[in-house]
Amino acid sequence: MKVAKGLFYAEDHEWVKVDGEEALVGIADYAQDSLGDIVYVELPEVDDEFDKEEAFAAVESVKAAADIYMPVGGKIIAVNEELLDDPSLLNQDPYESWMVKIEIADKSELDELMTSEDYEKFLDEEV
Amino acid sequence: MVTKKTPLYDEHVKLGGKVVDYAGWFLPVQYEGLIAEHNAVRNAAGLFDVSHMGEVVVKGKDALAYLQYLTTNDIGSIETDQIIYTIMCYPDGGVVDDFLVYKYDDEEYLLVVNAANTDKDFKWMIDQKKDFNIILENISDQVGEVAIQGPKSEEILQKLTDTDLSKIKPFHFDRKVNISGVECMVSRTGYTGEDGFEIYSPAEGIVKIWNDILEAGKEHGIKPAGLGCRDTLRFEAGMPLYGHEISKEITPLEGGLKFFVKLDKKEDFIGKEALNKQWDEGLKRKVVGFEMVGRGIPRENYDVYKNGEKIGHVTTGYMSPTLKKNIGVALIKTEETKLDNEIDIMIRNKPVKAVTINKRFYKR
Repeated sequence: MKVAKGLFYAEDHEWVKVDGEEALVGIADYAQDSLGDIVYVELPEVDDEFDKEEAFAAVESVKAAADIYMPVGGKIIAVNEELLDDPSLLNQDPYESWMVKIEIADKSELDELMTSEDYEKFLDEEV
Repeated sequence: MVTKKTPLYDEHVKLGGKVVDYAGWFLPVQYEGLIAEHNAVRNAAGLFDVSHMGEVVVKGKDALAYLQYLTTNDIGSIETDQIIYTIMCYPDGGVVDDFLVYKYDDEEYLLVVNAANTDKDFKWMIDQKKDFNIILENISDQVGEVAIQGPKSEEILQKLTDTDLSKIKPFHFDRKVNISGVECMVSRTGYTGEDGFEIYSPAEGIVKIWNDILEAGKEHGIKPAGLGCRDTLRFEAGMPLYGHEISKEITPLEGGLKFFVKLDKKEDFIGKEALNKQWDEGLKRKVVGFEMVGRGIPRENYDVYKNGEKIGHVTTGYMSPTLKKNIGVALIKTEETKLDNEIDIMIRNKPVKAVTINKRFYKR
């Protein structure tokens, strides 16, 4: 499984790429691989607000539907509409295919996430 | 219970299959990818390991009488070397299992049952034996089985045998087909809505057959195919799956399988009285196909609503790889099963519009 450097990861296999007060959120390689061919993505509306660990989107393969949880709380400031037209982008390049851009509510919540190095270990040991 | 390996387990691992525990068996959900495998079966050919299926032999003077009593279809209507689909019910009309019956001769039949139900079925069959002069034998562990499915199936399989496969008609079989030097039983049957064959061999011969078919089919675009596409393929073709469209709680009449329930069969059969009563009183609920109008993929057990009232649930739902549409089968109140009826599927607590259609979504 590929793990992109410089991102934060949640145990549910979402990633966060922080840029100041804002962040991009997507799903990790492990998540897309376990789902298989992704055929459907449901994204929230801009201005929707979510708490950490609240479901904000859904990703579905032919076989299964998975809720995607917020790795950190925040307000949606953009959604990646390309994914709605071509959900398979999440399979092709999960780390480029961000799902939402958020304004982080409380940056201290980032401390509870894993670094790339921690996440690699997590994949080796826990999964 | 310990999860069992089919004789082809090592091949699945070698081919990169994503192996899971399915009905007590380690089997691949997919190899390369569900959609690629699905499309291979629709357009060329796919090869499935179905060694997990259960096989029960019914032998003896009363074999036919017993099967007529045990199941809903008219087993007396088939000839030697012919196959019939039938359903085994409880006295209340709920379903124990559905399966194919292969007629070897007047006094010997083979039943091929769902893997997850094999032990339950065998016990049920023994309990119903009563005074019938028969022997029941569960030979599941001795039999290896693969299914080659798709329009190129005959062309590929023909390369490995001297038997003229075109002589085996749909729902017929030949017990003496030499494939790769192994004597097999080959039937023209399947669970995908495509032409194809199911090949039964001694468990020890199946690995060679599997590998030879993949090799012979290479130039035709054959792919090893997993359980994932087995379900999407049968679903598109409108075929039921035990535990979904029929179950202990869902009778075959509710499951849309009246054709296979011979209510006027002269012999008594288990469930006959209850099913006749249900039919005479009118079905309260029935399965119907539907297509999403709004955005979303229907999934098993999602609730179905009409005008704010719950009318049933989804039994199977998918993004159909062949039709590229979000479609499903639902068990709902009979009065709502007329075609072109607008219904709502509850997806993540939101009603999404759908319309009822014929559940035979795909015809080859």
